[in-house]
Amino acid sequence: MGSVRLLVLQALVAVVAIVLWHVLTTYPVFGKILLPPFFFSNPVDVAEQVVKWFVSGVIWKHLWITLWESILAFVIGSVGGVLVGFWFARQPRVAAVFDPYIKMVNALPRVVLAPIFTLWLGLGIWSKVALGVTLVFFIVFFNVYQGVKEVSQTILANGRMLGMNERQLMRHVYWPSALSWIFSSLHTSVGFAVVGAVVGEYLGSAAGLGYLIQQAEGIFDVGGVFAGMFVLAAFVLVIDAVVSIVERRLLVWRPAADSRP
Amino acid sequence: MAAAVSLNNVDVAFRLADGGTYRAVAQASLTVADGEFVAIVGPTGCGKSTLLNIAAGLLAPFSGGVEIYDAGLSGLNRQAGYLFQADALFPWKTAADNVAIGLEIAGIAASEARARAQQWLSRVGLGTFGDRYPHMLSGGQRKRVGLAQVLIRNPKILLMDEPFGPLDAQTRQIMGNLLLDLWSADKKAVLFVTHDLEEAIALSDRVVIMSAGPAARIIGDWKVPLARPRDIAEIKLDKAFHDLHREIWQVLRAEVIKGYAQTEAA
Repeated sequence: MGSVRLLVLQALVAVVAIVLWHVLTTYPVFGKILLPPFFFSNPVDVAEQVVKWFVSGVIWKHLWITLWESILAFVIGSVGGVLVGFWFARQPRVAAVFDPYIKMVNALPRVVLAPIFTLWLGLGIWSKVALGVTLVFFIVFFNVYQGVKEVSQTILANGRMLGMNERQLMRHVYWPSALSWIFSSLHTSVGFAVVGAVVGEYLGSAAGLGYLIQQAEGIFDVGGVFAGMFVLAAFVLVIDAVVSIVERRLLVWRPAADSRP
Repeated sequence: MAAAVSLNNVDVAFRLADGGTYRAVAQASLTVADGEFVAIVGPTGCGKSTLLNIAAGLLAPFSGGVEIYDAGLSGLNRQAGYLFQADALFPWKTAADNVAIGLEIAGIAASEARARAQQWLSRVGLGTFGDRYPHMLSGGQRKRVGLAQVLIRNPKILLMDEPFGPLDAQTRQIMGNLLLDLWSADKKAVLFVTHDLEEAIALSDRVVIMSAGPAARIIGDWKVPLARPRDIAEIKLDKAFHDLHREIWQVLRAEVIKGYAQTEAA
């Protein structure tokens, strides 16, 4: 499929969805409005709300807070995941000892941790960062662990025969191998950093996109909730695009076969 | 003249999952003189690659001695370069970086390492491919890069484990000639493992035959009386080549059948 045609079809999906939404919330069908605006709002109100946010400039502060929380959660979670992942992969005994606890914590739904983080770290950004870190850490950790453990034995032997010592093997073999695994999960881990931030804000905060949505919900302003969701979706799309650019830059050495349909 | 590689009564055994041991190689003795090209031929699974790993120091023998230039080997064999059967290039490095890495880790300045890598890429016929990543190269091109990667360090001994195994017949011939070309420049000691008897005779000074495993032994050792320089394709038409091939095949055939029967049974 040509890229122009694909773009047109993609836009068509949005247009049809919005038109349907507008028609069903505004005009009666068989004498009855199928989607009552009180529960479903309508596209015009939502668009108005979004425009108002951007025109008055209030949205920037909230976007900035959410972005900052996501970045911090991503960076701290990734650094932690890389360090622990490397450590466990190189020390099988340590990994064996901690294995049940890692599984236990990973199985825990992170939302239940939010109240604890709020108690410990207050209502500011750090309780949200902590929530994001618990999500990002495990994704990066498992990928680094896998990446280091699954380094090709032949490539490892080749490195040794070429004269590499342990430190050089780390730099030229283990690290690039782990990096490719980290990057293959980058979209997921960045997404989870945003999820952690927004959920944390939603459960208790004074700023951020999650806070906006929660405030609108508190006064039954469905239009505000939808508007918050749209801004959030656009925000995630932009971040994802940035990640794609970084990924393409750093993983040039990988065959592109799996990106073709 | 000192032997480059000398294996004395080497036994190799692996511990099995059920607690027993599998004796792969028994009482193998083999010497490779300095500057000599020796090929090891044997049926699949006879432990010829194992013997190579012993000479490389990647594997320790169960019993017996390994000497490299008259010094006992412990740990990795630092005088040897190893060309693997499987792809062993670093997929995250370009061809030029793959070749340069051996010099860089030895502490040679990056600019000099790169310049010498470029020379080596030209020598293996890939002068304009330096910025390609391994997945952008064909199987034969990857082997060329592998050769350059090993030879740039100028090892005294070259160990090769069916290096041209995955290539098609034409590419194998071209690679064989390239290898002889590079080798004749400074005559390293070569230990070349293959299951292809024709390839072994065409390339080497001596052909060593191993029996089928388990407990594979060395059962034959022939000198190859063919003049150098050789052309792999043309030498196969030589009468001396045919006579030697027939003679060795008499011995090898029984082992190949035995080895095949065992892999079928397993």
